Amino acid sequence: MSSLVIQDLHVSIGDKEIVKGLSLTIRSGEVHAIMGPNGTGKSTLAKVAAGHPDYTVTKGDILLDGASILEKEADERARAGLFLAFQYPSEIPGVSIANFLRAAVQARLPEGEEIDATAYYKRLYAKMDMLKIDRKFTSRAVNEGFSGGEKKRCEILQMAMLEPKFALMDETDSGLDIDALRIVAEGVNALRGPNLGVLLITHYQRLLNYIVPDFVHVMYDGRIVKSGDKSLALELEAKGYDWVKKELALANA
Amino acid sequence: MSASTLPSSRSATAGAFTAEAFQAHLASLPAGLPAWWIERKRAAYERFASAPMPVRTDEAWRFSNLSGLTLDGFAPPPSVTATPQASIGIRKSARLVFANGRLFSREILDPHLEARGVIVDTLQQALLRHPELVREHLLAQPSRLGSAKFSALHEAFLVDGAFIHVPRGVEVELPIGIFTYASGTGAAVFPHTLIVAGENSRVTVVDYFGSTNEQEVQLAVGANDLYASHGAQLTYVGKQDWSHQALSFQSNSTVVRRDARVQSLNLHLGARQARHESLSQLQAPGAFSEMLALTVAHDDQEFDQRTLQIHQAPNTKSDLLYKNALLERSRTIFSGLIIVDPDAQKTDAYQSNRNLMLSDDAEANSLPGLEIQANDVRCTHGATTSRIDPEQEFYLQSRGIDKSAADELLTFGFFEDVLNRLSSDELHVALRNLIQTKFKR
Repeated sequence: MSSLVIQDLHVSIGDKEIVKGLSLTIRSGEVHAIMGPNGTGKSTLAKVAAGHPDYTVTKGDILLDGASILEKEADERARAGLFLAFQYPSEIPGVSIANFLRAAVQARLPEGEEIDATAYYKRLYAKMDMLKIDRKFTSRAVNEGFSGGEKKRCEILQMAMLEPKFALMDETDSGLDIDALRIVAEGVNALRGPNLGVLLITHYQRLLNYIVPDFVHVMYDGRIVKSGDKSLALELEAKGYDWVKKELALANA
Repeated sequence: MSASTLPSSRSATAGAFTAEAFQAHLASLPAGLPAWWIERKRAAYERFASAPMPVRTDEAWRFSNLSGLTLDGFAPPPSVTATPQASIGIRKSARLVFANGRLFSREILDPHLEARGVIVDTLQQALLRHPELVREHLLAQPSRLGSAKFSALHEAFLVDGAFIHVPRGVEVELPIGIFTYASGTGAAVFPHTLIVAGENSRVTVVDYFGSTNEQEVQLAVGANDLYASHGAQLTYVGKQDWSHQALSFQSNSTVVRRDARVQSLNLHLGARQARHESLSQLQAPGAFSEMLALTVAHDDQEFDQRTLQIHQAPNTKSDLLYKNALLERSRTIFSGLIIVDPDAQKTDAYQSNRNLMLSDDAEANSLPGLEIQANDVRCTHGATTSRIDPEQEFYLQSRGIDKSAADELLTFGFFEDVLNRLSSDELHVALRNLIQTKFKR
């Protein structure tokens, strides 16, 4: 059983504080959804956990299995078991998906150990079959000229291959039509299990029709202001974010 | 003429290559070499000794680190008795191994090669057995890219090299491998590869240059002469992997005749400072020269590449693509010129230098150029320098790939289109493997 614990996290970019005291605990097997209006710090939370260099943690901590990861570089965090599914994945011209993933798998092997190419391709093809991805996909350059749906499926394939302890999925539904959304959600559902904790970041409730969360948190102005089960997402959908804002205003009055 | 009569800034410097050293070199050569060759060497020594070292105002040396160009402290090295590691993981039809300027081993691996008239031998043997062929082709083309002094030094001190002649209509299926090693601190070597591909012949030659120790200070002054006769197809792959303390000068000359095609790919990995000059002359209609280069520069390395594509006949084509990946504090210089002679109508010439900056401290200099005297031509040139986008870097890192593995991956991604131009998968893999060794250091 693994845990990802975010404690009273404060994050700034330059002089601007974006995350203002956020606490959250995710355990293996759990799917948490963070919802909230745009500009409230949801994506910042995912990036800072993954180790993006532009953000500064000014207070608080992030613990993976009890140990702080804040001093670790992004690549070390990834090897420790964190995975960020990007909202806008980068294009890597000339680097095929197969070679890219191979380098990522190689990076997880002990120093001096070479990847077993046959076993690697066998596993890669098995994951692709599971996610219903055409094998021709592997020879394409990473994300280059991909449609929105293809980019997200590429992210899910990477997640499947790297078998993280925790996946932070940043607006995985953005830019997807309903068919693409369904395919991506099927992929995430196929990877769900007792060894994976998921943090789904989304603006819209519709993703949660396909990936049903165990916990739903509402984020507003840099903190979690409301938590509940999946019914909270439906309530939000019905009442809109203004409902949360009004409740907050009342509580602060 | 004494040195004092020259302005001090243009003084001729022979370094370790004094007149006495040259006499000793001549005395060390085997007896029976043709008199014209010895005369040419003497004339070359005179040209070398009287020519000044490059100075800052020489356009051909713009951006070069001139203070690194010292000829002091080198000497012809002793013979080598240990076996160099002469393998690049490809099947070959023949293999020549040179160590410290002398033939170390010669193997003809394809039993039909000699029966079909293909000559894979040393220059010394060729000078004795095929003197007219050698005389016509050896160092017969002008040095036009700035290194006349070093080309003369090469000719003066050349001991031995490779000679390959493929007769008319003969297709050599597997590559011919040439391995040239330098061994010992202070070793000066003068490798040479002369290839004459006869009419409608086809051959691939892989030319490897390496040191037996990565830290030895060495000097390599090499040259090659490639000739593709009417309808010939010649593929040349050069792999420069000298010691990281070496100073290297290499002058390559390619002559392409009617409907012939030469593809050359030079991989630059080694040396502290490496100057590479490449001249392609397209002499008859239908001639095509494809000039490719890949460089991985790291540490304080400097790679200085100068090219000239001369279109001397109508309906000729040249296509140059030089790619440099720069790490750490390395520097590269690319200076390229396309010359189209007045009657070379319908010339199709392309020249491109692309630099991938994997470090903020690296420096890439690019000087593309055109000189067109015909009016019905298609000439394109360009240079691009790109840095790694920080978001790209974060993306790679977020998958667990560290900076050095990311640099390697991005370099291979950057090189892919050049490597894909090789028609042999085996060669493609061998080049990838060699490039990979640089990232494993």
